[in-house]
Amino acid sequence: MNRTLYGNLIFELSKKGRRGYSLPTDYDRSHTTAELPEALLRKEPARLPECDELTVVRHYTNLSHNNFGVNDGFYPLGSCTMKYNPVINEEIAGLKAFAGLHPLQPAETCQGALEVYYNLQESLAELAGLSQFTLNPCAGAHGELTGLIVIRAYHESRNEVRTKVLIPDSAHGTNPASAAVCGLEVVEVKSLANGTVDTDHLRQLLSEMGGEVAAMMMTNPNTLGIFETNVLEITEMVHKAGGLMYYDGANLNALLGECRPGDMGFDVMHINLHKTFSTPHGGGGPGSGPVGVRKGLEQFLPMPRVVQIPAEEEGLESFAVDWGTSVSGERGSEIAVGNFFGNFGVMLKAYAYILSLGRENIREVGPLAVLNANYIKERLKDDYLLPIEGLCKHEVVFDGLRDKSTGVTTMDVAKRLLDYGYHAPTIYFPLLFHESLMIEPTENESKETIDAFIDVMHRIAQEAKTDPELVKTAPHNTPIGRVDDVLAAKQAITTFWKVMKE
Amino acid sequence: MFKYFPHTEEDLQEMLKATGSETTNQLFDDVPEAARLRKEYNLPEALSEIDLRIFFEQLTASGNTQQLVCFAGAGCYDHYAPSVVQNLIQRSEFLTSYTPYQAEISQGTLHYIFEFQSMIAELTGMDIANASMYDGATATAEAVLMAWNNAKKATRVLLSETIDPKIRRVVATYAHFHGIPLKLVPAANGAIDRNALDREIAEGGVAGLVVQQPNYFGIVEDYTGIADAVHDQKGIFVVNANPSDLAVLKTPAEWGADVAVGEGQSLGIPMTFGGPGVGYMACVEKLMRKLPGRIVGQTIDNRGQRVFVLTLQAREQHIRRQKATSNICSNQSLMALYVTIYLSLMGKEGLREVAEAGYAGAHSLRDKLIATGKFKDTFPGQPFFNEFCLDYEGDLDALLDECAAYGYLAGVKVGEQTLMLAVTEQRTPEEMDELVEIIQQHKAEEATA
Repeated sequence: MNRTLYGNLIFELSKKGRRGYSLPTDYDRSHTTAELPEALLRKEPARLPECDELTVVRHYTNLSHNNFGVNDGFYPLGSCTMKYNPVINEEIAGLKAFAGLHPLQPAETCQGALEVYYNLQESLAELAGLSQFTLNPCAGAHGELTGLIVIRAYHESRNEVRTKVLIPDSAHGTNPASAAVCGLEVVEVKSLANGTVDTDHLRQLLSEMGGEVAAMMMTNPNTLGIFETNVLEITEMVHKAGGLMYYDGANLNALLGECRPGDMGFDVMHINLHKTFSTPHGGGGPGSGPVGVRKGLEQFLPMPRVVQIPAEEEGLESFAVDWGTSVSGERGSEIAVGNFFGNFGVMLKAYAYILSLGRENIREVGPLAVLNANYIKERLKDDYLLPIEGLCKHEVVFDGLRDKSTGVTTMDVAKRLLDYGYHAPTIYFPLLFHESLMIEPTENESKETIDAFIDVMHRIAQEAKTDPELVKTAPHNTPIGRVDDVLAAKQAITTFWKVMKE
Repeated sequence: MFKYFPHTEEDLQEMLKATGSETTNQLFDDVPEAARLRKEYNLPEALSEIDLRIFFEQLTASGNTQQLVCFAGAGCYDHYAPSVVQNLIQRSEFLTSYTPYQAEISQGTLHYIFEFQSMIAELTGMDIANASMYDGATATAEAVLMAWNNAKKATRVLLSETIDPKIRRVVATYAHFHGIPLKLVPAANGAIDRNALDREIAEGGVAGLVVQQPNYFGIVEDYTGIADAVHDQKGIFVVNANPSDLAVLKTPAEWGADVAVGEGQSLGIPMTFGGPGVGYMACVEKLMRKLPGRIVGQTIDNRGQRVFVLTLQAREQHIRRQKATSNICSNQSLMALYVTIYLSLMGKEGLREVAEAGYAGAHSLRDKLIATGKFKDTFPGQPFFNEFCLDYEGDLDALLDECAAYGYLAGVKVGEQTLMLAVTEQRTPEEMDELVEIIQQHKAEEATA
C-alpha cells in the first residue's frame, strides 16, 4: 500500500468537455425530456465530474493503494471475522447469467438462481440447527431487526403484550439499537467477573418482569470470546417465562463443526454471511444477514420467500417466489424488510463457499479458528493483560499492556501495529474493560503469520518501555498520521460542495 | 489440509502444545455436552474448483437461468455501466477491507464515501448524504422513523398511495413495530389526490409525508406547494427519488424536501436478481444529527494533510446503543463505490444522455404499443419518464408468457389488465420493434383462436 497519501478528489480532476463514456446515438429522438412541463425539471445541471476514462481508472486505482484489505495482510479485527474471501466466489457471483436477472421475471426462467437461493436457505438451517431461513436481510443489524420483528409478530399472534428485551451488558451496541428500532424496551443483564451472563440477575429480572419479556438476545461465544457455559440454563429460564431466545450470529464462526444455536435452545437467529461464510466486507457492505427460526415460527418470516414446489409424478421439484398477498401497503399479517429478496450476489458467494468446503471441511472451521485464538492468548499474555483466564473461543480480549507505566494505551499499540503492516485489532470494545484489545485471527491464518504477529506485539510492548514516544506518535509508515476527530465533527464538512464554500 | 486451511500436522501439534490441549476438541471442553454437535452435517461433500464451476455452469445453462430482454422495472432497472466500474470495484484493497475504522490505512474507502456523499447531495440538492443504506425501501422506512422521532405532537405519518407497494410494505412493517401510525393518501389517475392530501394535512398531527418521484407507475408528479403545507404542520417532507432521473428532473431540494431517499441500483448496478443495490439517504443541514448511518467528513491529520474520517458518530449504535438514530452499521459500501465510479465516468453529460435515451425509448414504445390497438393508457395525460403503464385488452398473463417464450420480459403486471414497461438506454430500436411484433403476432393468434 501507499506510504504517501494519494489525496485527490475526483471533482478536482474534472475538466469541462471531457467524457468517460460512449452511448448509442442511433435512436428515435422524436420525444425528449423538453416535452415535460418546466415545473418538473431541475434548474441547474448536476455538477458531476467530467473526466476521461483513464483519469477515472487511475484515480480509483491510486485510491485503492491508500487502503488495506485482507489480501494485503493479517487483519485480526475482533468480532468482524476477517477471513479470506475466495477469488472463485467472486467469479461465480459475477456470472452474466446471474447479473442479468430481473427479480420479477417468471420463476420458470430463473430456476437455477432460485435453486441456489433455496439450497442456501436449507444449508444454513442445517448448520444452525433450525427449521427455516429467510435470506432477505442485507446485513447483521438488519437481520437482528428482522429477527426481533419475527419475535414480536409471534407474541402478537398469541395476543401477548411483551415489550421488553433482555440484553447482556457485554453486548454489541447494535443489539440495543435494533431493539429500539423494533419498539422494544432494553433491560440490561449484568455480567459476572468472568464475563458471562449473571444467571442470578437474569433470574431476578425474569421474576420481576417475566410476563413482559419478549426475548433475550445473546451472542455465544459472547463479545469477550468466551463460551456462555450456562446457555442451556439461560434458554430454559427465558422459555419458562414465555420469552424467546435470540442468537446474534456475529460470533458463529467459532462454533462451526462443534455446536449449533438451535441445539442450545435458541429460537431465532441471524447469520452474517460476510463473517462466517467468507463473503467480502467491501469496506462496509454489501453483507447479508439471513434469519433462521425454529419449527413453529416459520409463518412469521418476512415476504417474499423462495419456496420449493414438490415434484409432480415423474417430474422434478421446482422453485418459486411467494411474494405474499398484502402488497397493498397495509401490513396485514405479512412482514417485509426489503425491496426484493436481499443481496443475491452475496448469497452466491456464500453458497459457493459452502460447496467448496463441504461438510468435511466446514466442521474444521471452528476448531482451527479457536486454536489460532487460544495460541495467541497463551503467547501474548506475558506482555498483555489477560483479564479472564481460561479457554477462549474464536477471539481473545486483552485489557491493554500489562505494564502501563509509560502511559502507552491500547490506541497507541493499535496504531503502532499499522506501522508493521498489520490491521489493528478491535479496540475499546467490549466496554467491560478500559483498554480492550480484541484479536480474532480466523482459521485461514498460518502459524507463520501468527508467530510474526506475536513477535511484533512483543516488540511493541518492548518499545512501550524503551521508547514510549515512538509508540504514542504512531503510525509513522502509513500514508496519513493520526486524524483530528474533533475538528471533523465540529466543522462537519461532508461534501465537496461544502469544501468549496469554506 | 483443505486449501483455505494452512495448518500442517506439525503446526497443529506445536500450537496445541502451547495451549495445553491435546486435541482441538479439548478447546471446546467448556461447552456443555448437551449442546455439542455429535453428528455430521447433512451437507454435500466438498467440491473441487473444477466441479464447483461445472455445478454453476449447469445452473446457469440456458433454460435453467435465462437472461431475458428486459422491459421490466418496478424498482430494478437494466442500465449499462462501463466495464471500468466492475473492474475497479473488484480491487481487493476495496473488496476485502472492513468499515474504515482505522483512518490511517483506509483513506481509499473514506475518499470514495466522501465522493459518493457529494454526488448524492448534488443529484438530490440536499446538504448532506450518508454513506449508503441497504436499499431504497429501508431508506424510506428510516426516513419515516426520522420524521416520527423528530415530531413533538404528531399522530401519524402520511404515505402516498403512488409509492411502490413493495416499499410501502417495508415502511408498514417498520412503522408497525416501532409504533408509528401510518395513513395512506389515495391516488387519483395515478398521482397523489391533492384534495385528499389537503384534508389530511388540515386535520393536523402530521409528522411527515412521503412521496415518490417518478412514482411507482413511472409518472412524474407535480409536487408544487406540498412542502409548504407539510412544513406548516411542522412535518417533514420526504421524497423518494430515482437518482438516475435526477439528471433531468427537479430535485427533492427544489420540491422543498427535508429528506431525500431512494434506490441507487438505477445508477448502472447490474440487476443481479434484485441485489445488491444501494440505498441512499440525504437531508437538510438542520436534520444532520438525526441522520442514520455512517457519515464521512473532512479533517486534517497530524502531518497537516487534508484527510477523511468517519464522523458525527455520536448518532450511531456503537456509541449510543438504544438511543442511536438507527441500528444500521454495515451498509452497501462497495455498491456506493460502484455508483461513484459510474457517475465519475458518466459525468454531467452522460447521465443526462442516459435519461434522454430512456425517455425517448419509453415514449416511442408507448406510441407503438398504442398503435397496435390492443392497449390504452392506464393514466391518460400523465407525464412519465422511462416507465409507463398500459391496459391490455386481452389475457395479459398469456401475453407475458408468449413474450417470455421469445426471450422477452415484456414488463411487470401491476393490475389485472395493467402492464408496466420500462425502457433504458440498453434497449435497442430492434428489440423494441421485435417486442411490438411479438405482441402483434400474439394479437393475431388470439383473434384467430
